Amino acid sequence: MALDNAAVRKIARLARIEVTEAEVEHYAKELNAILGWIEQLSEVKTDNIAPMSRVVDMKLPMRKDIVSDGGKQADIIVNAPETAAGYFVVPKVVE
Amino acid sequence: MTEVKPYQVEGVTGGWEVVIGMEVHAQVLSQAKLFSGAATAFGAEPNSQVSLVDAAMPGMLPVINEYCVKQAVRTGLGLDATINHYSVFDRKNYFYPDLPAGYQISQYTQPIVGKGKIVLDLPDGSSRTIGITRLHLEQDAGKSVHDQHPDHSYVDLNRSGIALMEIVSEPDLRSPEEAGLYLRKLRTILRYIGSCDGNMDEGSMRADVNVSVRRVGAKFGTRCEIKNVNSIRYVQQAVAYEARRQVDLIENGGKVVQETRLFDASKGVTREMRSKEDAHDYRYFPDPDLLPLELDPHWVEDLKSTLPELPDAKKARYVADLGLSPYDASVLVAEKEAAAYYEAVAKGRDAKFAANWVMGDLFGLLNKAGLDITKTPVGPDQLGSLIDLIKNGTISGRIAKEVFEEMFASGEDPAAIVEAKGLKQVTDTGAIERVIDEVVAGNADKVAEYRSGKEKLFGFFVGQVMKASQGKANPALVNEILKKKLTA
Amino acid sequence: MTDIIDLDLGSARDGLAKKAFSALELARTHVQAMEDARSLNAIIIETPDRALADAKAADQRRAKGESLGAMDGIPIAIKDVFCTKGVVSRACSKILDGFSPTYESTVTANLWQAGAVMLGKTNMDEFAMGSSNETSALGPVASPWRRRGDNRPLVPGGSSGGSAAAVAAGVGLGATGSDTGGSIRQPAAFCGLVGVKPTYGRCSRWGMIAFASSLDQAGSFGRTVRDAAIMLRAMAGYDPKDSTSVDRPVPDYEAALTGNVKGLRVGIPKEYRVGGMPAAIEDLWQRGIGWFKDMGATIVDISLPHTKYALPTYYVIAPAEASSNLGRYDGVRFGLRVSGDNVLDMYEKTRATGFGAEVKRRIMIGTYVLSAGYYDAYYLKAQKVRALIARDFTAAFEQVDVVLTPTTPSAAFAHGEIAGDPVAMYLNDVFAVPASLAGLPGVNVPAGLSPEGLPLGLQLLGRTFDESGLLNAAFALERAANFTARAAPWWRQ
Repeated sequence: MALDNAAVRKIARLARIEVTEAEVEHYAKELNAILGWIEQLSEVKTDNIAPMSRVVDMKLPMRKDIVSDGGKQADIIVNAPETAAGYFVVPKVVE
Repeated sequence: MTEVKPYQVEGVTGGWEVVIGMEVHAQVLSQAKLFSGAATAFGAEPNSQVSLVDAAMPGMLPVINEYCVKQAVRTGLGLDATINHYSVFDRKNYFYPDLPAGYQISQYTQPIVGKGKIVLDLPDGSSRTIGITRLHLEQDAGKSVHDQHPDHSYVDLNRSGIALMEIVSEPDLRSPEEAGLYLRKLRTILRYIGSCDGNMDEGSMRADVNVSVRRVGAKFGTRCEIKNVNSIRYVQQAVAYEARRQVDLIENGGKVVQETRLFDASKGVTREMRSKEDAHDYRYFPDPDLLPLELDPHWVEDLKSTLPELPDAKKARYVADLGLSPYDASVLVAEKEAAAYYEAVAKGRDAKFAANWVMGDLFGLLNKAGLDITKTPVGPDQLGSLIDLIKNGTISGRIAKEVFEEMFASGEDPAAIVEAKGLKQVTDTGAIERVIDEVVAGNADKVAEYRSGKEKLFGFFVGQVMKASQGKANPALVNEILKKKLTA
Repeated sequence: MTDIIDLDLGSARDGLAKKAFSALELARTHVQAMEDARSLNAIIIETPDRALADAKAADQRRAKGESLGAMDGIPIAIKDVFCTKGVVSRACSKILDGFSPTYESTVTANLWQAGAVMLGKTNMDEFAMGSSNETSALGPVASPWRRRGDNRPLVPGGSSGGSAAAVAAGVGLGATGSDTGGSIRQPAAFCGLVGVKPTYGRCSRWGMIAFASSLDQAGSFGRTVRDAAIMLRAMAGYDPKDSTSVDRPVPDYEAALTGNVKGLRVGIPKEYRVGGMPAAIEDLWQRGIGWFKDMGATIVDISLPHTKYALPTYYVIAPAEASSNLGRYDGVRFGLRVSGDNVLDMYEKTRATGFGAEVKRRIMIGTYVLSAGYYDAYYLKAQKVRALIARDFTAAFEQVDVVLTPTTPSAAFAHGEIAGDPVAMYLNDVFAVPASLAGLPGVNVPAGLSPEGLPLGLQLLGRTFDESGLLNAAFALERAANFTARAAPWWRQ
């Protein structure tokens, strides 16, 4: 499953990472090397093996339906690069 | 009963069938969010109902709200659906400013609720079963505000993390009307269960509508998804428009492409979303911050046994036990509160008679006044008393309508109104005789005509007597005495 | 009496209890050591005022007879992966530039609750992705250790390289670390320290900047097993804010350190005897086996058949989780924003600028293995192999109580020596990763020196939640190995 430049560009777009043409070449080589190494997993027989679904043997804990958080607008936006009137501000999104 | 013609879009090349599937997002009526303790209340200051978890601050982790799980299961039971005792929360990865984590926690291949069904009550009294594919729990996103600034969008995360139930139907719906009926029925069920308030105008219920067209009996056509339609009327308009658009497109040699569209309510049209970029690839995988959700079958059984009586069961009971028509029964059960009202009125009374009053006079006035049943100025006991006054002959049916209008306007008890206005039926035969005598004396020519065989005139005399008695004369007595006097 | 700076955590604790010195004196000594060691670049944010204030508070408590216990007044350093309230926390990434949390991670909150004194934040590989601390946006860390007769700077290991280098240089009596695939055990081995990664679920992950959620686990560095045990006890515990945190009591790990390993069954997995392993490592392992034999333990040859596949499995699962966990760094709510023509452009520029090469590489890999058409072949396959790896351990622990292996396949290397080859770098964690995948506790015990005079470590792995048994075995091994070497303090000049 060798990755070509188009595939690298597509992955970079999905991951929202800007890549230059030179980087695309570089990534293609590097990712192919890593994926080639990972390929050895196909040697392992995994028929009828359930994928690991939890690391610790316990049940999903649940909380009660109680309002115990919020009311801290200042804390929520204090680290934001840009805010206005309590909102986060981003470049215009077109729907 | 006239046969209902199946809905078709007429094209130049013949008729086309519309195929509709629905994905409804219903907000769980909980105090706190699905994975955080922030409040869910509508309409607060921006970013004030946001926890560090909802804002996806580094190192923050989700912990699930038990109540939301419970409501999803109860809703599944209300949809007569399979409850999956093992389900998995997945991350749906994509970037959008109102999706803080870069992923939405949702359920993908293993939802909490599997196949179920919804029964639609059609206007002709028949019903149609629509398949439910699944129901799963997921987080809502925040809100982007685009109209505050020319080059900026503003992001408010108050909705971020609120619990939603996504309820997916099979592509079983065949007309805009059925789409509307489906949403109404679903909303009825949600409200009976109490898991969602179903308020589409506040966004607590939204529909994504999948529409395709085909020749009757042919394979499914390519569908378009119309996102986030927020009223039943708009859903119907959007379906009608979109079906027409697809038919025109195909008949003009074009091809429907699978895409996401928006409904523009101001123009009544659907349009392609402009922000559509590269094909989505959500890279779903099980959320490693959570464990599989395992439900105790006993717990599920308990929830099942404590569900309220649901609309279909109620309707069946009204038909079987109270003798109502299927249509009347379905109208009465459509709202939980209306059904409760009706049952209070009908208790110990003539059930059909009570149904006529509730559906006719009460619903009529409520509708005119723009009120819903919870705001009715006439309580069920009051309407019940009014019915009792009719039944025991204190007032006539005609007077009762007047009294009811007065009750609706003032909130007064019927007995008090009857008393104060002197509307009690006159049953004193002497008094009625006197009135009849006057009428007979004053219409000698008509009496002669009647006696010579023009018996149709009987109604005229009844009318005159009632008018003279201001409607209070007991109609049965009037009939009896008048007949005697006229034939004498 | 020994100089205060030479005391380990356990002895300092005893000294404080006997009032041989005050917490303030201890803190001043360590603040001075921190300043003296700046050339190591181990500590990237120093909080000396905080340290002195914390120490004074500890002294006041002690004066009133209200000491909080073993950690009260003990100066420690905190890996930058932990969010610390009001102290910039950025996992050594440019993308978290200036991020000052309004909250405190559960692990550090537990430490402050126990009276620990905060010296500063330690350098690390960006988002804990690395095995040499060379991916840090704040520059590499120089190990206090150097090869004999060679002044080239060596890596301290990673990702918790700053924590390891600090403690090895005598800055702090302990430090927190996080271990996703060896990030505590490998730097502990390179720096001649004890580093313990507890069972997954033992320490809360709340407030710890996530790399790979199903693998990340906080742990401690100490000069001795006792030090690491004391500190771990203070860090660990159930946290209802973390759905993977386990609700079970935390034992007194220090009390478990009897050194008695008579009858202990020590497993030796044959699959860890990898080709090309330096003789020094192989010899050390044999010595370790000998020590346990001498102490009355039973040596059991075991097989962990899927060991070979652990590393590639890890390099599917960890990047997959990371690609998703790092989605939140988008320039909207915190950290770096690089403006763009529109939102998409802003995202892409922010993330291209804010993430370093290794992080980007892993995000790309992770994105790929989760993408449509590849999920089954990579991600699902890896989770199945992971289940087999965990099963290998479950079977092994029916026969043995602990497993003994080398910690790393080599001693520390020089800056830039293997930075150009990602897979070669990944191989550093070949012995550490299997236990991470299975969620098992593991500990590095410094056990000898390489021919060039660099520390080498042995790794012990334990049963799920049996940190007590594991640490006791480590304690016995530590006594037997009697590793006393310290790095010569060249950095003080």
